[in-house]
Amino acid sequence: MHTVYPDEKGRFGQFGGRYVPETLMFALEELEEAFQKAMEDNTFQEQLNKELTLYSGRPTPLTFAENTTKRFGGAKIYLKREDLNHTGAHKINNAIGQVLLAKRMNKTKVVAETGAGQHGVAVATACARYGLSCKVFMGQEDIARQSLNVFRMKLLGAEVVSVTSGSKTLKDATNEAIRYWAGAVQDTFYCIGSVVGPHPYPRIVRDFQRIIGLETKEQFNEYEGGAPETVIACVGGGSNAMGMFHPFLEDEEVELIGVEAGGLGLETGKHAASITTGSIGVLHGSMTFLNQDESGQILEPYSISAGLDYPGVGPEHSHLAATKRVTYKTITDAEALEALKILSEEEGILPAIESAHALAQAFEEAVNQPEHTSIVVCLSGRGDKDVSTIMNLLEEDGSYE
Amino acid sequence: MNNRFQTLKNAPKPMFIPFIMAGDPSPEDTIETALLLQEEGADVLELGIPYSDPLADGPVIQEAAKRAKGMTIGKAMILVGEMRKRGLDIPVLIFTYINPFLKLGEDRFFQLAKENDVDGLLIPDLPFEESHSLRGRCRAEEISFISLVAPTTSRERLFRIAEEAQGFLYCVSSLGVTGERSDFHPETKRLLQEAKSYTTIPVALGFGISTRQQFVDVGELCDGVIIGSSLIKKAHEIRIDPTLEFGSSFKAYVSSLVNGEQHVNS
Ligand SMILES: Cc1ncc(COP(=O)(O)O)c(C=O)c1O
Repeated sequence: MHTVYPDEKGRFGQFGGRYVPETLMFALEELEEAFQKAMEDNTFQEQLNKELTLYSGRPTPLTFAENTTKRFGGAKIYLKREDLNHTGAHKINNAIGQVLLAKRMNKTKVVAETGAGQHGVAVATACARYGLSCKVFMGQEDIARQSLNVFRMKLLGAEVVSVTSGSKTLKDATNEAIRYWAGAVQDTFYCIGSVVGPHPYPRIVRDFQRIIGLETKEQFNEYEGGAPETVIACVGGGSNAMGMFHPFLEDEEVELIGVEAGGLGLETGKHAASITTGSIGVLHGSMTFLNQDESGQILEPYSISAGLDYPGVGPEHSHLAATKRVTYKTITDAEALEALKILSEEEGILPAIESAHALAQAFEEAVNQPEHTSIVVCLSGRGDKDVSTIMNLLEEDGSYE
Repeated sequence: MNNRFQTLKNAPKPMFIPFIMAGDPSPEDTIETALLLQEEGADVLELGIPYSDPLADGPVIQEAAKRAKGMTIGKAMILVGEMRKRGLDIPVLIFTYINPFLKLGEDRFFQLAKENDVDGLLIPDLPFEESHSLRGRCRAEEISFISLVAPTTSRERLFRIAEEAQGFLYCVSSLGVTGERSDFHPETKRLLQEAKSYTTIPVALGFGISTRQQFVDVGELCDGVIIGSSLIKKAHEIRIDPTLEFGSSFKAYVSSLVNGEQHVNS
């Protein structure tokens, strides 16, 4: 059984657990209990569902990518449209869930970390709606890359704190958010953005994101009957992928593929492929695959997409990789950009660079599969936030003069 | 090897427990600093290992870790052996995050601990629940596994942790990360009183202590005072000031903190 995890110690096989300073232990215990109670409470479930429907815009459609399918001439390509969520990515599913939980726990302040800014925007949005104060830690490098999202967070009333330690990206923003939380733990809720961190976070985020896979299953069955042959999602920390995969884990006939950021190519060392190239260690409170050197120092990751630029991965993905239930592959910056152009031209959908990694993999798979089969790609977010990055890159090659 | 932590039971209180970063700014400087601290009455030396992602540490210790780039647990433990040859005989405690420790490997750690007379181990991100087997191994190998408790630790948890504590029990004076502070968590006094009632080994307080007055105040409430950031910051300031001679200036500063003696050039 793939779905019985985590166990009571917060482990997914040998992965996961709780590796944090003693100061935070009581908060994690308190959170675990509150989450458990909330999930068993119908009032909470109703409130959450209502918000997801009437505020965020769920269910999101499952769109058949007809032109793209024709272009590649193999398996049918379906897109699970998380880009159509309020604020533009799957991150809002989890943000609404956790902020409602924070409110239920009578916390008045929320702290979060963000890479691409999508999680930060989602948390700032939920905090605005439910009346909590919001502080978002973001790497200085990401602040420069994602200025649009920084501005959005500020408009939403959040305080954005620039992080200048380490690689100045998501890893360091997460360190800073945890350090800050340790000092403010008595009245502050830490809203983590992916299926990472100490137990119970990987489980909480996964459960709030499972809606993606649950809807996909139902919608696909309605359109095509049965289940898709292949399901593909990109993996930074791994929340959109975990949410998509989890409801399919027991359907052994469904092939699940997670796509990591191959950056400039695995051989260059400039990538964020922690499952593909990493080794087991502990980062941000849980045991998982991560990129580290021989003395256990965490290596700085690289990816064109700020949302995939993370040296570790959620512990459940590590377990699914170790048990071979999910296959993990890598896509380079260049391949992702190419896929992004194709989807824009063929379907009129500009995907986030993160999601374009999953798309590129899907295109590769589609060609090799017969026409009666189907591939569902999780389109985790829209590309508006990435427009300036894309513009800088594509202008260099002169294709959009 | 006999574990030097045994000697702490009879040490005059409050004990002075300095924390320095191995390799900051060089291995040779670390040896010099350690010996100076011993001369000024340090009872235990806490030796930090530089780490890229130190969740429990504030900016001063993060900076020290950067200056000490290239230092590893293995190298730091060999450095302890070197300190021993140069006359260091107080207990030495290795402070490392769990990831570098896992990479080094448990067997290698205990081998190096024996070879270099390392007496204790503290892993701030390895909570009680995750440390069961390592605590057992430490006990078997006669290495003290130092446990931490915080103002947010519940009474039941404090009891369980204190019962199993080895060497000394490390109480954290404030929430958040290491670094100097002007006041401590309001629960600190209760924490120390309870901790003392649950264990017979020394109880020490750390995080944020930086002045003579704090040293005295804290010293009245427990058996030992841990000082890190303030020493590291001062050592760095002295080293980058060309007008100061490190040895005498650093000793003067430590002495003013621990003994209350005033020195002109501190
Ligand atoms: C659109 C989009 N997709 C994917 C991710 C990666 O996160 P995860 O791997 O947790 O889904 C992000 C993160 O910011 C994102 O914004």
